[in-house]
Amino acid sequence: MLTVATGNKAVAAAVKAAKPAVVAAYPITPQTEIVEQIAEYVTAGEMDARYIPVESEHSAMTACIGASITGVRSFTATSSHGLLYMHEMLHWAAGARLPIVMANVNRALGPGWNVWAEHTDAFSQRDTGWIQLFVSTVQEAYDTTLMAFRIAENTGILLPVMVNLDGFVLSHIMQSLETVEIGDYIPPMVLPHRIDTGNPAGYGTLTGPGDHFKFRWEIEKAMRNSPAVIADAEEEFAMRFGRKYGPVDEYLCDDADVLIVSMGTLGKEAEVAVDNLRKEGIKAGSLRIRWFRPFPELDISDRDLVVLDRGYSFGFGGVLTDSIKSRYRDSSLFSVVAGLGGQEVTYDDIAEFVRNRRMGEEYWFGVDA
Amino acid sequence: MAEIPKEEYLEKCTTACAGCTSSLTLRYVLKAAGPDTVLVVPACCTSILQGIYPNTSFSVPVYNIAFAAAAACASGMSEAFASMGKKTNVIVYAGDGGTIDIGIQALSGALERGTDFLYICYDNEAYGNTGMQRSGATPMGARTTTTPGGKTDAKKDLDRIVAAHNIPYQATATPAYPKDLYEKVKTALATPGPSFIHILAPCPPGWRIASDMSVTVGKLAVKTGSWVLWERKYGELRISSPSKSAMKKRAPLREYLSVQGRFKGISDSAVNELEQAIEKNIAQLAKEEAGEC
Amino acid sequence: MFEIRIHSRGGQGGVTAARLLAMAAFLDKKHATAAPFYGAERRGAPVTSFVRIDSEPIKIYSQIRSPNLIVVLDASIMDTVDVLQGIQKAGTVLINSPHPVDLPGVKVLTIDLTGIALAVDLVVSGSPILNTPVLGALARMGVISRESAEAAIRDMFSDERNVKAAEAAYKELVL
Repeated sequence: MLTVATGNKAVAAAVKAAKPAVVAAYPITPQTEIVEQIAEYVTAGEMDARYIPVESEHSAMTACIGASITGVRSFTATSSHGLLYMHEMLHWAAGARLPIVMANVNRALGPGWNVWAEHTDAFSQRDTGWIQLFVSTVQEAYDTTLMAFRIAENTGILLPVMVNLDGFVLSHIMQSLETVEIGDYIPPMVLPHRIDTGNPAGYGTLTGPGDHFKFRWEIEKAMRNSPAVIADAEEEFAMRFGRKYGPVDEYLCDDADVLIVSMGTLGKEAEVAVDNLRKEGIKAGSLRIRWFRPFPELDISDRDLVVLDRGYSFGFGGVLTDSIKSRYRDSSLFSVVAGLGGQEVTYDDIAEFVRNRRMGEEYWFGVDA
Repeated sequence: MAEIPKEEYLEKCTTACAGCTSSLTLRYVLKAAGPDTVLVVPACCTSILQGIYPNTSFSVPVYNIAFAAAAACASGMSEAFASMGKKTNVIVYAGDGGTIDIGIQALSGALERGTDFLYICYDNEAYGNTGMQRSGATPMGARTTTTPGGKTDAKKDLDRIVAAHNIPYQATATPAYPKDLYEKVKTALATPGPSFIHILAPCPPGWRIASDMSVTVGKLAVKTGSWVLWERKYGELRISSPSKSAMKKRAPLREYLSVQGRFKGISDSAVNELEQAIEKNIAQLAKEEAGEC
Repeated sequence: MFEIRIHSRGGQGGVTAARLLAMAAFLDKKHATAAPFYGAERRGAPVTSFVRIDSEPIKIYSQIRSPNLIVVLDASIMDTVDVLQGIQKAGTVLINSPHPVDLPGVKVLTIDLTGIALAVDLVVSGSPILNTPVLGALARMGVISRESAEAAIRDMFSDERNVKAAEAAYKELVL
C-alpha cells in the first residue's frame, strides 16, 4: 500500500508487520514517535504484542533480553543517551546470542543538550557485537527494519540488529512509503537455546578463562557469516517486494574519480552534489555505507575518497574514516567531519568538500578554513 | 500446613560457603516453586554458587543477568511466557546490593507495572560476593571492609519502599524458620501480580560467625526483634507466629550482636539507635496489624 | 522544485500543515517531502516547517534556503522572526491576518484563517485550528489541487469541520 509517513512511523509500521511478541518502550527525543505509534497499534488491537512501558532504557534492553531468551520476538527503539544507558545490556544481548531488533534514531550526546542528528551514539556501541545498519530514506527505514528481523533470527547469526536512522532529518521527515504484505518473509523465530523448564540449563553461568574466549569467537564467527545472510535477506526482499539493497548504495560510482563516502541521509544529499559536480566536469560518485558492522568490502581502488564523518573518536579521527583506513591502508582519503549535532550540511557544502579536497588530511567543517 | 516436599532442585555440589543461608533459602524456595520455574539472578553470591560452566548445581533454568537488571529481565520474561500462555514461575533471586542499591530502579518499575513475578531479596547486609563491602542494607554499627570502624548510617528501609508500591503480596522471612519461609513462597507464587519476599540471610564469613551458627543467628534475629517476620496480603498485615511469640518477651539485643564479629566494639550509642529502630519498627507493625494505621 | 517554508508557533499546527500539504502533493501524483525543524516540544515557541514538491524524487534533506512560498500562520511571529529570509524574487508570502499586510518588494496574500476556524467552531484546547483551513488557501493558489487538499484532510481528520474550513478558505482567498 502506498502512503506517506515519517521515518519513525515507517519503523513502527515495519515492526507491526513483523509481529513481535514483546515490545519494551521508553521515550526519548527524537525516537518517541516509534513507541507512541506502537502503543497505538497495540491499544487499537492492530498489534498483538505485550507492550512493557519500562522505567529506563537499561530496562528496555533488559526486558527484551528476558523476553527473547524464552524464544519470542522482541523489539525496542531508542536514541542517543538512551542507547548509551543500555550499553552494558547491548553487550549482554549480543553475548547471549539474542536476535533482538532495535531502531536507534541517531542523535548527538550532551553536554550541552542537543537532540539533532549525529552518529556518535551508534559509533560508541560499535564493539558490542551488534549488527549495525544505516538507512537514508523513509522507505529504506521500513524495508531495513523488516530485513533486520530475518537477519537477526537466522540460526547461523543469532545476533541483535540495530537499524540506524538520522534524528529529525529522517525520523521526522515525511516521504512516500510503500508498505508490503510480508507473508513468510520473516520465518517463525526458533531460538535453539531458548529457556525450557523441561530441559533446565544455566545461562551466563560463571565462565572461566579457559572457556570465555570461545564464546567471544563464536560471536565473531557469526559476524563473519553475516554478510552472506544479510545479502540473502536483501536479495529475497528484492525478489519479493522489488526494492534492491546492498552493503553500500552506489550512485554513479563506476567511472568516478572521486567518491563521497558517507552514511545515512548525508548519502542522499551527496547524490545531489554528485549531479552538480558532474555538470562542472568533475567525475564524482556517492558511496553510501549501509552496513557499518559487519563492515562491507568496498570497491574504492584508485579513486580519491572524500569521507563524511558524523561522529569522531577524540584523539584519533573520524570513526567511519578509521574503519576505511584500517581496511584499505593505501586509500587516498580526505576526512571531513561534518553534521555533528545536526549541523546543516547542504549539497553545495558537500560539493565544496570535493572541489577543495586535500588528500591525506582532515577537515572540520565550520571550524577549519 | 503442608509438608515440605522431598524433591531437591539445588544439588549438593554448590560452591557456596559452609553454613550459607542464601543457598539454604534457595533450597526451600525451589521446593515451594517446583520444576516449572525460571530463576533470574543478577550479580550476587548466587551467581557464583551455581558452579562454573559447563556445570550447574541447579536443576531449574537459571538466567544470569547484569547487576542492575534482574527485575527488568523478569518483566520481559514474564510477559513473554504470558504471550505464549505459559504459567511458568518467574522468580528473581537477588542479593541486597542488587536490590536495595543498584537494582532498586528496575525493581520499582517492575512492581509499578504489576509484573507477574516473585522477587526475593536475600539480605546478608553487605556486598558478600565481592568480600563484604557496605551496602544500603548494612545495619548501623556493623563493620564491613568499607566501614572498618562500623557503619554510621542506618539500614535502608527496603520493606517500606516496596510497600509504597501497594503490591498484592509482600513478606519477610528467614531460613531459620523454614516452614514459614516455604508457606510464604507458596502464597506469593499463588498470588497474581508482583510479590516480594525479603529474606534475612546470615552470612558466616561476612558476619564473622561460625559456619554452624548461621541458623542460630537467624533465630536470634527474630527473637530479639531485629528481624520481624510478617506478611501483607492485599494490604492486610499479619505478624507471623515466630515473631508473635518473640514480641511477648523479646531477647536482649546484645545476645544477637555479641555472637557476631562484625559488631565487635560497637558503641553504646549505636546499640541504642539499633534498639530504638527495633522498637519503632515493631510498634508500627503492631499498629498496622491492629488496623490503627 | 517548488519550496515552501511555514512559520507557526508550537501547537498551532504548522508541522501538521506541512504534512497535509505533502500528502496532498502525493495525491496529485507528485513527489514531496515535509520536514519540521524543531527540538524540544514547547507550546507557543516559533516553529518552522518545510515542504518540497517536485515531479522528480527529492534527495535533499538540508533546509530550504530560498523558498518560492512562505506561509505565516501567526503574524505575531514577524515581530521576532525574519520570515522573508531567502525568499525568491518572484516569491509569495501568505499571511494569516484579517487585515491587508504590506511588505516591501514581495507579493503578499492575506487571509483570516483564525476567523474561518472560529466561524465553524474549529477549536481545540482553546486554540483555533489553522492547519486544515490553510490547505484550502494553498489549493486556491494552485500549489495543490482542491480535491487532493480535501482528500489529505479527510485522511488525517474525521471531523468534517476541517474540510468545511478549507472550503471556506478556498473561496475567501483573493489572489
